[in-house]
Amino acid sequence: MSAAIEVKGVRKTFRVKGGLMGKDRHVVACDDVSFSVAEGGVLGVVGESGCGKSTLARLILGLLEPDSGEITVEGQRVLAMDRKARARLIQPVFQDPFASLNPMARISDIVAMPLVAQGTFGRAEIAAKVEEMLERVGLSKEQGTRLPAELSGGQRQRVAIARALVLRPRIVVCDEPTSALDVSVQAQILNLLAELRREFNLTYLFISHNLAVVEHVASDVAVMYLGRFVERQPTETLFAKPEHPYTQALLASVLTPQPGLGVPDVGLGDTLPDPANIPPGCRFHPRCPIAEPRCSVETPPLKPRPGGGVECLLVP
Amino acid sequence: MSALLEVEKLEVTFGGRTAAVRGASFTVERGETHCLVGESGCGKSVTALSVMDLLARGAERRAGRLAFEGQDLRGLSDSAMARLRGNEMAMIFQEPMTSLNPAYTVGSQMTEGLRRHKKVSQREATDRAVDLLGRVGITAPGLRLGQFPHQLSGGLRQRVMIAMALMCEPKLLIADEPTTALDVTVQAQILRLLATLQRDLGLGLLLITHDLGIVARIATRVSVMYAGEVVESAATADLFANPRHPYTQGLLRCVPVPGKTRRDEPLGSIPGTVPRIGPGFEGCAFRDRCSFADETCARAIPRHSAGSTHDFLCRLPA
Repeated sequence: MSAAIEVKGVRKTFRVKGGLMGKDRHVVACDDVSFSVAEGGVLGVVGESGCGKSTLARLILGLLEPDSGEITVEGQRVLAMDRKARARLIQPVFQDPFASLNPMARISDIVAMPLVAQGTFGRAEIAAKVEEMLERVGLSKEQGTRLPAELSGGQRQRVAIARALVLRPRIVVCDEPTSALDVSVQAQILNLLAELRREFNLTYLFISHNLAVVEHVASDVAVMYLGRFVERQPTETLFAKPEHPYTQALLASVLTPQPGLGVPDVGLGDTLPDPANIPPGCRFHPRCPIAEPRCSVETPPLKPRPGGGVECLLVP
Repeated sequence: MSALLEVEKLEVTFGGRTAAVRGASFTVERGETHCLVGESGCGKSVTALSVMDLLARGAERRAGRLAFEGQDLRGLSDSAMARLRGNEMAMIFQEPMTSLNPAYTVGSQMTEGLRRHKKVSQREATDRAVDLLGRVGITAPGLRLGQFPHQLSGGLRQRVMIAMALMCEPKLLIADEPTTALDVTVQAQILRLLATLQRDLGLGLLLITHDLGIVARIATRVSVMYAGEVVESAATADLFANPRHPYTQGLLRCVPVPGKTRRDEPLGSIPGTVPRIGPGFEGCAFRDRCSFADETCARAIPRHSAGSTHDFLCRLPA
């Protein structure tokens, strides 16, 4: 199987202005990240806020340029493609359907936009494709005439999905697609995304802070911490036998609806990660419950595993 | 002795068009954690705000009974309510950044309420603030007192909010989605802290959340709200083992549970969306989304008992 997404040694930093007297600071959002996602696979990316997951999404979409490294989708360099070609291959679905839809545009026009932008489709063809796509995501023709404000959050996310799929891309980058939704609506959207992936043989990069959701949709999971993948494994392996202490802490903090278990002690302490000030050695060592002295000096190498790897000095 | 908080047949309407809370009843006992759970728009936050008498202008509150330690809150004057609020009953909110004042230091905000409600010196108030900040797991509390909210992380701010709410030793703490804005690891830490404080201080805790995982792990009792009504109420273990209302059942099926829900198999979901309910609505508000619904669901719905502490609002027999 060929790789749908291939990321090699990608690094991205942002300069944050230090104010009147302060020095500028460099925030490292992605630090030498390499991975690939196979055709038809779903890579779930989990991590806390500020770990660089959304930056990674934007890099893969070609919305940001990496400082170094290379990203290819379907064998083509993302930045070498023009916008139209890129739009035919890869599309995003963002978290907040309130912010990502033009409030002044009718739903059918929003979904038609990618087709119009290509400049190669006739009006009748566009109308037919839009109607078909709206129906596929569970929206009526009548709802296509409305404005985003007239729809619920779940319906708006359906619109965002329809817009992403109307060009029949190969890859969809979903950045927290259900985080703004209620649980009953979240389930509808997750089910829809799963159906569409099978139907159109799509590849997903699925970013979420909710591990239970990721476990449900992803074939592989990458755990991101301060700009790096500290562990990557097939989903079953990662959930059955998490190796990195950070992965273990993340899994421990999932509150499943099982009464009587109480709230777990995740054992992470209070020091929060600062992406402008990445600790030497293992970047997780200040919060790690099992850190040894050498963890603050030695950079952990990638220890390969079938379908992934772990970056921790203390695992075999 | 009467319960800590008694709410009976609470009704809240906005401008006569929207009925946000429709006849909600529940009690919070001393030393227990009662969770109000439901999706956005179900009226759980409005319920909390109406207990604290913090509803926005234009909202109308009525209740068959609304009592704190047996004292009727309905006819209480604004000044009498102000003496209770922040003192005997305290509240923490979802977004600690917007509920802390950005222009004042942590220390001055924390001591203000205590000095207002109790006759203590600034020195004594500061000592108590330092003590409580330590208690909620903040290292170097003396340093934090001099800092402004923007200098703290989200988790630290929520700890400050909790410490601030405890300054006057309240008997009732209302927490409205206290961890929704936080990362999962920090969420677990804050909930663990709340559970410990609740137990050690014997607080009555009214926790409002949309997250059934939080409910399962922290609640003594649960009231499930839908479209302004409490549709089911039970002891926590009972509710999860034996959910009776079709909405509760549906909600539990929607939650993916690692190791339990099979990957790539569809999750249970509830079709449709929450209806908009105006005053004078008749029958079950869930009927348009319910697979058991028939024409009788448009009529008045009985409340069934499924045990001494378990009841639900549905025409289906117990």
